[in-house]
Amino acid sequence: MTRRGSLLGLALALGALVGLGVAVGVLSALAILAGFALLAGTAWLSPRAVRVSGALSAAALGFVVARVGAGPGVGLLVALVLFFVAWRTASPAVLRRVTFLLPSLVLLAFVTTLLMYHAPGNPFARERAATPQIEAALRAHFGVPQSAGEFFGIYMRRLIVDGSLGPSIKVQGRTVESLLAPALPISVTLGLLALCLATSVGLLLGIRAGLKPRSFSDYASMGISLIGLSLPSFVIGAALSIVFALKLGWLPVAGWGSYRQLVMPAITLALPYMAYVARLARGGTIEVMQQDFIRTARAKGVPETAIVLRHALKGAILPVVSYLGPAAAGIMTGSFVVETLFSVPGMGQWFVKGAINRDYSLVLGTALVYASLVTVFNLLVDLAYAWLDPRVRSER
Amino acid sequence: MTESPASTAGRGVRGQSPTLRAWRRLRKNHFAVVGAALVALVALACFTLPALLGLDPLTTHPAARHLPPSAAHLFGTDSLGRDYFARVLAGGQTSLLVGLVATVTCVVVGVLYGAIAGYYGGRVDEVMMRLVDFLYGIPYMFLVILIMLLFSESARGDPVPVFVALGLVQWLTMARVVRGQVLSLREREFVLAARLLGAGDLRVIVRHLVPNVLAVVMVYATLTVPTVIILESFLSFLGLGLKLSWGQLVSEAVAVVNPLTFYWWLLLFPSGLLALTLLSLNYLGDGLRDAVDPKSR
Amino acid sequence: MSDQAPVEPKSSRTGEPLLDVRNLTAEFEGEDGTVRAVEDVSFTLAPGEMLGIVGESGSGKSATSLAILGLLPGRGRIVRGSVKLAGVDLVGLPPDRLRAMRGGRIAMVFQDPMTSLNPYLTVGEQLREGAMLHLALGRSEADERSRALLERVRLPDAKERLRSYPHELSGGMRQRVMIAMALLANPEVLIADEPTTALDVTIQAQILDLLLELKEERGLAVMLITHDLGIVHRVCDRALVFYAGRVVESAPTSELFRRPLHPYTAALLGSLPRIDQRQRPLAIPGMPPRLDRGPFTACTFAPRCRHVHDACLRGDPPLVEAEAGAARLRRCVLPTSQLP
Repeated sequence: MTRRGSLLGLALALGALVGLGVAVGVLSALAILAGFALLAGTAWLSPRAVRVSGALSAAALGFVVARVGAGPGVGLLVALVLFFVAWRTASPAVLRRVTFLLPSLVLLAFVTTLLMYHAPGNPFARERAATPQIEAALRAHFGVPQSAGEFFGIYMRRLIVDGSLGPSIKVQGRTVESLLAPALPISVTLGLLALCLATSVGLLLGIRAGLKPRSFSDYASMGISLIGLSLPSFVIGAALSIVFALKLGWLPVAGWGSYRQLVMPAITLALPYMAYVARLARGGTIEVMQQDFIRTARAKGVPETAIVLRHALKGAILPVVSYLGPAAAGIMTGSFVVETLFSVPGMGQWFVKGAINRDYSLVLGTALVYASLVTVFNLLVDLAYAWLDPRVRSER
Repeated sequence: MTESPASTAGRGVRGQSPTLRAWRRLRKNHFAVVGAALVALVALACFTLPALLGLDPLTTHPAARHLPPSAAHLFGTDSLGRDYFARVLAGGQTSLLVGLVATVTCVVVGVLYGAIAGYYGGRVDEVMMRLVDFLYGIPYMFLVILIMLLFSESARGDPVPVFVALGLVQWLTMARVVRGQVLSLREREFVLAARLLGAGDLRVIVRHLVPNVLAVVMVYATLTVPTVIILESFLSFLGLGLKLSWGQLVSEAVAVVNPLTFYWWLLLFPSGLLALTLLSLNYLGDGLRDAVDPKSR
Repeated sequence: MSDQAPVEPKSSRTGEPLLDVRNLTAEFEGEDGTVRAVEDVSFTLAPGEMLGIVGESGSGKSATSLAILGLLPGRGRIVRGSVKLAGVDLVGLPPDRLRAMRGGRIAMVFQDPMTSLNPYLTVGEQLREGAMLHLALGRSEADERSRALLERVRLPDAKERLRSYPHELSGGMRQRVMIAMALLANPEVLIADEPTTALDVTIQAQILDLLLELKEERGLAVMLITHDLGIVHRVCDRALVFYAGRVVESAPTSELFRRPLHPYTAALLGSLPRIDQRQRPLAIPGMPPRLDRGPFTACTFAPRCRHVHDACLRGDPPLVEAEAGAARLRRCVLPTSQLP
């Protein structure tokens, strides 16, 4: 099977090369495949190599992020700290993840660049006086050459050496990081709030339902959660807005700044995930309560409350924890819609504006920030899972 | 009901294939059955009524703007005086089609990918799954928007890129699920038996593994349709979606919300139908999942 | 018919019966209806006595013990009968008093130690729980007691083991932990449901010996549930044979093996392969009846019995004394002389 498998693998790779080559040019196709090979290659690193590469990757990432945020000095410091922390304490699995992250982000940036360059239209096409000389000058000024590869090179160099995400092409005189800096905490706050809401309420509802399956309250809460999953969030948001803001006047319609303005966007964003968490928690609870060790605990005479809290809870929470990664990613993207609906000045609006205006640097910048957030969060979730389930811990 | 053990002891249990048992379980699930019926009803209405009743969703009547529902206009009229009933039904056609086509794409790509990865295992599987991991790490709407932009602005009303984009994002989950199933099925005896009888890889994959994966695939496909429809509605809301779909109608309705007059019919009908369809599909999908794998209850 | 008070066998050891089960009948909800898993079961158990409970899967042996503890699954309930532990009837006891009994006075060891221990908690945490609950010990005293017990059940490195997780132990070790856990609060009765079925044969012997020792040491009354007649022969003083949720025979072990008085017991023994016999062991044809199919109007074993007569079809036989004064009960209407 492996012989055949390898042949098939080769065939797939060749096919991908040809297909991509047609789409984006041979050089780019090769670059993508190389990047991907690097990515896939992280699976075969020996534990020692993983330790080295993991620590280095952590340091590199820390450096770049800190540099953009706070300058080269801080960047170097963060890099050193992360290096030692990773070298000493992190488990091989975590380090493997971190190693995967670096080429992953680079590849993401590259593919995004390619996609943007191959989309019709370019940032300068809409300028009124678009003579070739002016366009060339503009291109040189913004560092947006004709080819995707060159742009990518310039971008990366600028990121690592200057610690900047580049100037925004459409928003005059502003760098991408200056645009994103105020927006980032807003999006993160909204996202975290929504996530906490979704997790806590979802868990409560789900566990309660799971403890009394097929009861009326079970059907009721699962029914409501299903509704939460079946309506696009902007519909719910609009409905909430209409009821609470327009009709009842309890909450402000839109905007950002006060606590009351947090309420509706957060709820709207959280609802579908709350519903899903509730279902996961319910399923997990039902499954745990059917386990033999619950019967043992009962046979020991442990009271039912203690059984739920001490024995069953972990098993019920685990599927929810696994889901937190995708949930965070989903909340992040769901924020595009919610931010638009409630006029929240977060990162989502920059991404959409940038995409529509072909503002390459802005799009790339937002993409990278989002992707980093999601992957770091996934890492944290992995750690949490290992902490909760001792069986996973000792396997690594 | 009294019986002597003599009559019960000899009675054998009639052979029931897993499919038959699953089907019976499904039928007992009232929610799922009602869901299926509702979806069928809605689809039927959307695809046949416009032609049958000669409805016109496109002509504008500036004089008849924002009329509430009445006998003449069952769902009222919109901001340009167009008959809303016709528009909602037409929108339904689009949304349902999007769901269907995207799901089919997703199923085809996902099943093939997952089956190959799961069957060959080892290196091939690792590499293939790395790609999936990588793509998974990219927030999906992101990807959709970027892919959307690959196709020109003028083509934004064209449904094909949207279908493709949406389907391409969902295949990841399908591939993962299928791979998992194939991995566990691969080691079972019937595969070994088939290979001993000389079946080649492709034959084994297609004839033996795929049918057994179908149950799981059906469950996830049924649950993918609502996801895709919601995704499309998000795109519509952001201005990137299809010209006339439920999502588009709802976002138009939301755009005209103002504190003075609330044109409730503009929001209610498309979102109501949307919710109804999605809810039914979700119940159906759940029912399928319970029927196929009862311990998830 | 099944409401007769059974004849009490004389206990084979000195002392009042510690556990006195009479006419216990229990049912629970199954997939296709109510399953009458335990029907008219009666027996006694004295301190220091090891009672073997033998039968096929689904014969009601586990269900009986679960019923005694009030742990029947699927909305199970005791329909009839009494379970007296030192005079206190467990049936109808208010839930919190029953809960106090569980683990405290009557404890249970389950079949599969892999799934019966909580994988998310350490051994120490799980042991500590019982001690703190029933003996009102503080945490360190509970741990000390746990450690001592682990040593008693011959678990190596007892002190370190307190911090281990179940998946880090082997099957035999886990079963020892289960036994220790059961004995923590000094129960008077121990129910062991197939404690060795999931273990290797060599470990089986060790665990059985351990149970014997503990029984002697503490004067425990032990119910050993098993489908393995060899185990019964080896360690049990008396045995109950279960079929279709009913006790069909009860006798001291040696008597049971030497001269079974119920066709089912005889068939079971006949189905054991023996080194000194040249003929093939005989399987019992047919299947046990489904217990969700209503009250039975004939002997439940009749369809499979070699000695079936008209009398067998006239009604479900009662459990009666087999031979006067010999501490043997049987549920069969055929005279003992007619059995080979």
